[in-house]
This record gives sequence, structure tokens and C-alpha cells, in this order.
Amino acid sequence: MSHKSALRPRYLKLHAVLVFAFLFLPIGVLVFFSFNQARSGTDFTGFSTKWYSDLIHNHQALQAFRNTLKVAIAATVVATVIGTLASFALTRFKFRGRSAYSTLIFVSLVMPEVVMGVSLLAFYANIAHFKLGLTTVILAHVTFCIAFVVVVVNARLASFDNRLVEAAADLGATPFQTFLRVVLPLAAPGIAAGAMLAFTISLDDVVITFFTSGPGSTTLPLYIFSSLKFGVSPSINALSTFVLVFSLILLAVGGLFSARSAKRGVTAIDVNALG
Amino acid sequence: MSVVAPPEIPPSAAPPDPARPDPPRHRRTLPEWVKANLLLLPTSVWFAFLLVIPLLIIIEYSLGKRGVIDPVHFTWSHLRYANYKDALDPDRLPIFVRSIEYAAISTFACVLLGFPLAYWIARFGGRFRNVYLVLVIIPFLTSYLIRIYAWQVILQDNGLLNRLLGDLGLGNHHVFINHAFAVILGLTYGFLPFMILPLYASIERMDVALVEASYDLGHGKVSTFFRVILPTVSPGLVAGVLLVFIPAVGDFVTPSLLGGVRTQMIGSTIADQFGGSQNWPLGSAMSVLLMLFILAGVFVYLRRVGEEAL
Repeated sequence: MSHKSALRPRYLKLHAVLVFAFLFLPIGVLVFFSFNQARSGTDFTGFSTKWYSDLIHNHQALQAFRNTLKVAIAATVVATVIGTLASFALTRFKFRGRSAYSTLIFVSLVMPEVVMGVSLLAFYANIAHFKLGLTTVILAHVTFCIAFVVVVVNARLASFDNRLVEAAADLGATPFQTFLRVVLPLAAPGIAAGAMLAFTISLDDVVITFFTSGPGSTTLPLYIFSSLKFGVSPSINALSTFVLVFSLILLAVGGLFSARSAKRGVTAIDVNALG
Repeated sequence: MSVVAPPEIPPSAAPPDPARPDPPRHRRTLPEWVKANLLLLPTSVWFAFLLVIPLLIIIEYSLGKRGVIDPVHFTWSHLRYANYKDALDPDRLPIFVRSIEYAAISTFACVLLGFPLAYWIARFGGRFRNVYLVLVIIPFLTSYLIRIYAWQVILQDNGLLNRLLGDLGLGNHHVFINHAFAVILGLTYGFLPFMILPLYASIERMDVALVEASYDLGHGKVSTFFRVILPTVSPGLVAGVLLVFIPAVGDFVTPSLLGGVRTQMIGSTIADQFGGSQNWPLGSAMSVLLMLFILAGVFVYLRRVGEEAL
């Protein structure tokens, strides 16, 4: 018997090709039509980059892009710092209420985006009396990013060898020195992966931003979402293509980064953290 | 000469007992629970104000009524349960049922599409395995909104699919958008990578020798699949089902972009209550019900399939 497998590779390969086509064809169609000369319809009347050059003069879109970056950077920094601290507490110390805390993290992960959005809107509008703007969007983004940072950093710290800390202490390092020279470098790839995930999620968020932003604090996904009310248009296709390319560049940078740290036995996109 | 008695050595100055821990170093370290709570403090404060209090407000609002000036009028003496009755009345109950139905079908479709792919990458991917994996990670990390929008380009009335069907002589006036089909397709497409990645992670860890052993012991293909492969990869399957079903059931983007009035889901309905319809108490009641459903569902699901599976 050549292949004693319950699942035959030949059929599996065909299936794989079809699923990959399913995953990428729609994106390809979108990119293709962003270069269409015609304003509407599915007639490809000629190659054109005018929808891209129009983007440069689209002040609303540019402003939205700037807002997106501001929000994503601010939210990632804050969520990564405080999420990492929380992860250290949850993985390196035993204390009462630890499992309750993990439950809280879990609740924030499974909470539907719409529910988080409307609850923050209610909080901002009627309790805190915050004016909706960039600050309220950043506060909201940090809230949903924390849990992702904690989960990813936890996965890294779970495989942490505590004997290294003991060894450092035996060799006369103070707890602070041990943290700075031993714990932090070992956790760094996990922290970087958590930050990258937080950044990507913040960059793409539309639902929570929908409820927590005000005039002038529209982000790029929200700008695209609002434009879709007026139907499909080549300029939205171009803008979407731009966002896709931007994400791909980020992914490539993250990939290079993780390829470098893979030599030290970790990857930035640790699929095991999901299982 | 007077003999000066040597000063009495106080017992504390005795050479330190090597068996005893160093006292000053001991004094500097705080108890573990204090350290843990200090580290947790920023996240605790953050979650208290921006997660717990907002959720409590939604619960409070769900027991109030529509205000004249403020969106909600709430008094402790008149707790109203009418919003829950409204949320589950014959007009709106189908929205809940539909959301669960669409999410369940999409999750099932993701398993059917994702499992063989994950299995193929993990076991037969060869030296291009990482390339295939990146091909799954790319849609995983690119904008959900844009990927759903791409389907709008294809499925809209004068979209690509109608054109292709027209060219084949099958008519080009089909309506795809606003149908359950479009929404389920969008959900499946949008969340498929969330199924593949955890499945891959656990299939990759599977010991192939187990499969071989099963054949050697006389089990057939079907029996091996259900008795050996499936149980070993169940952690990934459990994680994948949760990662697809939970966001799908409360999704707001796909029903808004690919759906119509007859295919509205709970997420888009809640959003509408806080937007156009301005019925915050009803929207709050629906949010509470959705949240309870998800938490109860996850709890029961993990109890049944085993928490250790995760």
C-alpha cells in the first residue's frame, strides 16, 4: 500500500487549491477593478490609475488614514505595556482571584464587538460625559487590545523556565536586574507578537470605532464603511487595495522580524497560541 | 594592669548561619499577592472603567425606558422588564434564531472547508508548508471589512457574478445580496482563517504513528478518522469553533454589507437601536441577551467537549 491515509493527499490537494482560490479570488477581483477606467459596472474599459491619484487629493481619506495610525499606535503602546504587566502577574505569581481575573480577560475576548461598542457609547455619553473624538476611540481600542496582548504574552511565558530566574538570583542579581536582563529578553518575542496583533486588530476595527468616534475622528475602515452606503465605487476599490497593501507590508515586516527571532525558537505569529 | 574584659559579643552579631536565608534580602521582597496586584493594577483600573462599568450601564439601561431628553429614563423603583419582552416578541425573536442559524451554518462550512486544508498543509505541505501557512495568515490579518466588501463587488446586482452568468446565457438579473446565502457566504469567507489556524496547530502536533498504529490494528479509514484523528485534533477544533461561531453570531459588518431587511442579524439590529431607531433600552436588552447567550453557550460547550481540550 502506498498511501495508508484516511484522507487521500490527491483529493486533499485539489480541495486545498479550491479553498485557496476561494480565499483569494474575491480580493483579486477587488484589486483588479480598482484599476478599471469605468466609474461603475463590470466592464473593464481600460487600465487606469486615476482612482489612486484621486486618493492623494481626498482630504477626508487622508485625514482618516492619519487618525487610523494615531489610534493604532497609541492603543498598541498602552495595551502592550499594561497587558504585559498583567500577563506577568497571571503567569508568574500565584494569588487569590487569579482564575476570576482570567475569566474577565475571557469575557472581554468573547464579548461581541457590537456590545462593547454600545456599552462604551453609553458610558461615554451618559456617565463620563466625554466628547466623542480620538481620545474615546483610543480608550476603546486599548480595551479590546489588552486581552489579545495578555493571551499572546501568556503563551510565551507559559513555556518560561523559572530556573533561569533562580540562577540569576543565585548569581547575585537583584530582582530588578533579573527582570531587566533575564525575564524581559525571554518574553520579548511574545510581547512583540502581542503588540503586532494589537496593532493589526486596531488598524482594522470598524464596529467599535463606529460607536466611539465623533466628527473629525473617523478612521480609514470607518470611512470606507460609511462610503459603502453609496454602493460599490472604483475609488473605494482603490482605497481598499491601499489598505490591503499596507497590511501586507506590515505582515512582511512582522514576518522578517519573526524569522530573525525564529532562530531563537519563537515566531511572531505563533499559531500555537491560538490552539 | 587591669584586665579589660573583652566586650561581650551580642548574639545577633554571631556569624550568620549558612543554613538560614539572608534576612535583609528577604525583607525587600513583597508577598506574591501584593506584587501580582501591583502588576495587575493598570489593567484592573482600565477594565473596571471601560469594560465592567459600561456593561453594568447596559444592564441598567435594559431595565429602563426611553427618555424624552436623555436616551434612557431609569429609576430603581420602576424596573421595567418590558424591553426583554419586546426583544423576544414574535417580531424580534426570529432575529435571534436567524443569527444563531447563520453562525452555526457558517461554522459548519468553515469546518468542512478548513479541516481538509489544515490537514493537507500539516501533513503533506512539504517544504512549502510555511508558504501555505502564510497564505492563510494573510486573510487572517487583513481587514475583515474589505474582504466582505470584495463580495459586494462580486454579488451586487450589476456585479461580476451576474455578468458571468449572463455571458453563460443564464440570465444576469439574479439577486444575491439580501439573501441568506450572501450573508452565510460572507460569514464563512470572513472567519474561515480563524478555523484553519487552530486546526493546523493541533494537527501538526498529532503523532502520525497513532494513525499508522490504527491501521495496523485493523481499523478502516472512517474508523481511524473518527477514533484517532478527530480526538487528537479536538483542541484545535474546539478553539476553531469558538473563534468562528462567537464573532459570527454577533457580527454587524456582514449583515450590513451583504444582507437586507429579511436577513438582519442580532448585531446589526442592536446597532440600529443605538443609531437610527434610538431605542437604547431595547438595544441594551438585546445586548444583555446576546452576551448571556454567548457566555452560557461557551460554558456549556466547554463543559461538554471538555475544558482540557482547549
